[in-house]
Amino acid sequence: MPAAVEFRSVSRHFGPASAPVKAVDGVDLTIAEGAFFAMLGPSGSGKTTCLRLISGFESPTAGEICIFGENVSNTPPHLRNVNTVFQDYALFPHMNVRDNVAYGLMVKGMGRAQRYAKAEEMLALVHLDAYGSRKPGQLSGGQRQRVALARALVNEPKVLLLDEPLGALDLKLREAMQDELKSLQQRLGITFVFVTHDQHEALSMADSLAVFNDGKIAQIGTPAQVYAQPKTRFVADFVGSSNVLPPALTQSLGGPAKWSSLRPESLHLDPAGPLQGTVTSLRYLGSGHRVAITTQGQDIAAILPSGTQLPEPGSEARLSFAPGALHIMDEA
Amino acid sequence: MTAILPAKSAADRLTTLFWRKPKLLLALLITPPLLWLGVIYLGSLAALLLQSFYSIDEFSGMVVREFTLKTYGELLRPQNYDIILRTLLMSAAVTIGSVILAFPIAYYAARYARGRWKAVFYLGIMLPLWSSYLVKVYAWKLILAKEGILTWAATQTHTNFLLDAALALPGIGGNSLSTSYIGMFLVFTYVWLPYMILPMQAALERVPTSMLEASQDLGATRAQTFRTVIVPLALPGIIAGSIFTFSLTMGDYIIPQIVGNSANFIGMAVYQLQGTAGNTPLAAAFAVIPIVIMLIYLSLAKRAGAFDAL
Ligand SMILES: Nc1ncnc2c1ncn2[C@@H]1O[C@H](COP(=O)(O)OP(=O)(O)OP(=O)(O)O)[C@@H](O)[C@H]1O
Ligand SMILES: [Mg+2]
Repeated sequence: MPAAVEFRSVSRHFGPASAPVKAVDGVDLTIAEGAFFAMLGPSGSGKTTCLRLISGFESPTAGEICIFGENVSNTPPHLRNVNTVFQDYALFPHMNVRDNVAYGLMVKGMGRAQRYAKAEEMLALVHLDAYGSRKPGQLSGGQRQRVALARALVNEPKVLLLDEPLGALDLKLREAMQDELKSLQQRLGITFVFVTHDQHEALSMADSLAVFNDGKIAQIGTPAQVYAQPKTRFVADFVGSSNVLPPALTQSLGGPAKWSSLRPESLHLDPAGPLQGTVTSLRYLGSGHRVAITTQGQDIAAILPSGTQLPEPGSEARLSFAPGALHIMDEA
Repeated sequence: MTAILPAKSAADRLTTLFWRKPKLLLALLITPPLLWLGVIYLGSLAALLLQSFYSIDEFSGMVVREFTLKTYGELLRPQNYDIILRTLLMSAAVTIGSVILAFPIAYYAARYARGRWKAVFYLGIMLPLWSSYLVKVYAWKLILAKEGILTWAATQTHTNFLLDAALALPGIGGNSLSTSYIGMFLVFTYVWLPYMILPMQAALERVPTSMLEASQDLGATRAQTFRTVIVPLALPGIIAGSIFTFSLTMGDYIIPQIVGNSANFIGMAVYQLQGTAGNTPLAAAFAVIPIVIMLIYLSLAKRAGAFDAL
């Protein structure tokens, strides 16, 4: 069975060949059918460009892109069986919600009664049955987001692309929509490709994820793999803000002379701990406290559960970690 | 006890007053322009409307200041009715011609021109507006004349037959372009085109690229995107532009005098009735027609949903 989406050494460079902006640079990627795939990375790392390569709004300057085994590198967007939920939703302001949702069917020439029935079905799916006659301008941000979702699903795409669809929503709505998106994806069995720069969102929703950095994929794997076994310093730092330890410090903790990472939540206060330093900051997080100490010129952060006896800022403290928490990275 | 705040000056007291009563400042600022708009602008319009309900005494030639619909009845006389119809058709043709010419230019300027090209665009559109209207119209008369550059170019390229075919068209043709309705149409379209391009460009500029991409993404071809997304979203701009081209053509009295076959237009009729004939009521009644037509046009446009995208 072919993969839903496959990138073979795909690059997308902008600007003059002498000094190109390498938005996407030699990316190899396989997204399995039915997966919830997240693309995670900092601003400007090439996530949106990757998504646009799949939808067809950008074409690769090198490499090829296959959707369900078919090379689509030269297929225009309107002929790809892929739909997008745009970051700004891009709802048509002159059409009501029903016409917006039915748009994909209208341009295919489906009759009015039939396409409205289908649109209502999609609106029910996103719990907006009663809103068909409203204009997009009369909806809240969360409702608009659902309309955009219903509109993209009406064509029954094989792959749904979502570019930071929850970026504009407040925290509470965001969490509700995360659950809803996830369950929708499981019910419909459509492959979702989801762009975000929020690591919590990526980790909690995706079956597998790719971490982007500077147009390249830094690591690809399941959330657990990426979180627990970061391959590079960048991934360790970006996903879950790990403590990144230089080779000397790793060695002093009994590891090899390589870079390593330590999760803040795997550290705890211990009078006999191997990491000793001055407490430089104390922050209350709600669910616990974040304590930072400086040792050998290196800041190490620990997240301590509420109720722990906290050290004074400026005092000396010792930290230790569970065996196996120290993750050695391959990167030199 | 010492005062914490220093003693206030008169200016401080004034700004404090405005701060506490923001409506007062707004009222002060907006009153002069409102007076201008209300009294001078709308007031003169009301006076015009009033005039059109007076009539003229046929023997003395004096205006009779009594309310009557007689003057409006005169508008329906065949020769007056012809003037109205002719003006209306010319205005409609000029508007449609302007829309067709302006759209690609406005679209290019809104979606593709960047930086220096944008400046070139604005300059190109505005430059013709900086020279005198009369100069432009006379220049066009020379271009369109029988001995003009157009005829010359047609002769050189052996395309005379096209020109002759156009001039042979019944009704709108004529002896030469400068004495035909075709020529008048060309000149009108030339002078009013910027008023169509600018609002159209502003409307197209406000259409986000993602909306066009969303349409394509959902399977629409370029033609479908154009019809179902671009045109409806640009419609308020098109309507705004057409208000300019339509009403400017309806009221113009110079171009029909210089170019064309000296057939009468509303503007010319107003000019003559007011000046030589001294028939102010009929002139006023003529002047009311463009206003009524524009009101009908706008309400039709609104009913058709032209402003839904606003
Ligand atoms: N049309 C373009 N022309 C030139 N450079 C571009 C173009 N599109 C993207 N880029 C560049 O490519 C790089 C990647 O952009 P992209 O939009 O893919 O980033 P992103 O990961 O989606 O970032 P964000 O999280 O901020 O949305 C950026 O440096 C951007 O400036
Ligand atoms: Mg982006």
